[in-house]
Amino acid sequence: MSITQFLFYFLTVLALFSAVMVVVSKNPVHSVLWLIAVFFAISGHYILLNAQFLAIVNLIVYAGAIMVLFLFVIMLMNLNASTEPQKNNWLKLAGVIAGGCFLMVLVSLVKQANELNNIAVTMGTGEIGLIKNLGKALFNDFVVPFEISSVLFLSAMVGAVVIGKKA
Amino acid sequence: MTLLAVDWLLIIEKLVLIAIIVFASLGIALYTTFAERKVAAVLQDRPGPNRAGPFGLLQPFADGLKLIMKEEIIPTSSNKALFVLGPGLAMTAALMTCSVIPWSSHIEIFDRKIDLQIADINIGILYIFGVVSMGVYGMMIGGWASNNKFSLMAALRGASQAISYELAMGLSLIAVLMLSGSLSLKTIVDGQMAAGSYWNIVYQPLGFIIFFVCALAECNRTPFDLPEAENELNFGYHQEYSSMKLGFYLFSEYINMIMSSAVMASLYFGGFDVPFLDESTLAPNIAALIGVAALLIKIAIFIFVFMWIRWTVPRFRYDQLMNLGWKTMIPLALFNMLVTGALILLKAGV
Repeated sequence: MSITQFLFYFLTVLALFSAVMVVVSKNPVHSVLWLIAVFFAISGHYILLNAQFLAIVNLIVYAGAIMVLFLFVIMLMNLNASTEPQKNNWLKLAGVIAGGCFLMVLVSLVKQANELNNIAVTMGTGEIGLIKNLGKALFNDFVVPFEISSVLFLSAMVGAVVIGKKA
Repeated sequence: MTLLAVDWLLIIEKLVLIAIIVFASLGIALYTTFAERKVAAVLQDRPGPNRAGPFGLLQPFADGLKLIMKEEIIPTSSNKALFVLGPGLAMTAALMTCSVIPWSSHIEIFDRKIDLQIADINIGILYIFGVVSMGVYGMMIGGWASNNKFSLMAALRGASQAISYELAMGLSLIAVLMLSGSLSLKTIVDGQMAAGSYWNIVYQPLGFIIFFVCALAECNRTPFDLPEAENELNFGYHQEYSSMKLGFYLFSEYINMIMSSAVMASLYFGGFDVPFLDESTLAPNIAALIGVAALLIKIAIFIFVFMWIRWTVPRFRYDQLMNLGWKTMIPLALFNMLVTGALILLKAGV
């Protein structure tokens, strides 16, 4: 087993375990912290694929900013294990079935996709994830979608400010 | 046995380097607390700590011993696991920054070239941002787990302050990145060292001021020490902490100061560059040592400025802090970015 494989299995186990803990934790704050652990593990996978930019942006945006907002909301609403509404068992069963179906769709999608057939993952060698190549792709081949999405973000920001001013 | 087929010499070299840098940072932080008290004393015209050892030089050890000896209290109504995790996270995040800072060029021992930088990754600056955004968790988790209103208020304040100023910090950094064309700190420093080029502060005075103000806010230093505003919040987010857990929180603040000074020195003041000296004419080992000394002197100057500001300027009100961050710093940083971009294009003749 090479060090890359070792790291791959370690990160995979970490990601899956943390993901399960997100769901089973009674305390919402614990769930958020386990979710942060999931993001760290996934960033580790990105680094194994030599996509360093993606890895660090995943950490900054998701683990650093969005999860802090999650924590804000949970802390301000003072949610904890005792105030969590207990759903009845039928709802839980329905949730499991719906989630299972979604998983099946995802797995079959990955299995059927032509792009993914007969392609082995190249660990730690690909160049496309490096920031230089990513920047060139974004600003040469995908300029229009990139700019449109940035306008979308701007409009969302302006909208949030307007709503905030009204309240 | 192919398990972990790696260059063991490299691993050992890096481990030694990590150990040296971490312990050096801790040692410097120890004496930064002493310097803080001495600077405060000088600015307030009093002698300051002078009992333990000559000139009070053993004072930090006395303080540390006192903190360790205190009773360890974990409040019964707190969330115990997270209560213990908080200070550890704060400390880890503070120390993690040091891995991408180029402390000097390279030294040569037994024909082996050793870079005095733990990891020269090509996203160095973004790595620092990632670690800074992790630093918020130590404060938030500690404040929440204490199960105390004041701690929670302080933690929320601290986190929202950190997030607000991170934005302006990132925008001011983009101008530096446009100048140097790289995210690697080593390349940025090398670009400033190259013959015929000046330190980035010459091109980016406004950017540096924005970055410095944001660094003050990120380190929770006065005038931005809202999370520790005693008159409103008793003691701040670490109110319920005692003993070395409190020590970790206080200590991580000083380590943050050292690391942000090192980042500022590397980004704007040439890192380990000595002005008016051509390092390539010296033996590499001597040049490396001079480089380390130069960087440490720059860090010391920054830390002194941090303290000077702390004992001179009063604290902001919370709404003033937010107004400054969102309505002054971010527009200024955007303006700086646009002007820099325009000038670079003009010079390139496009």
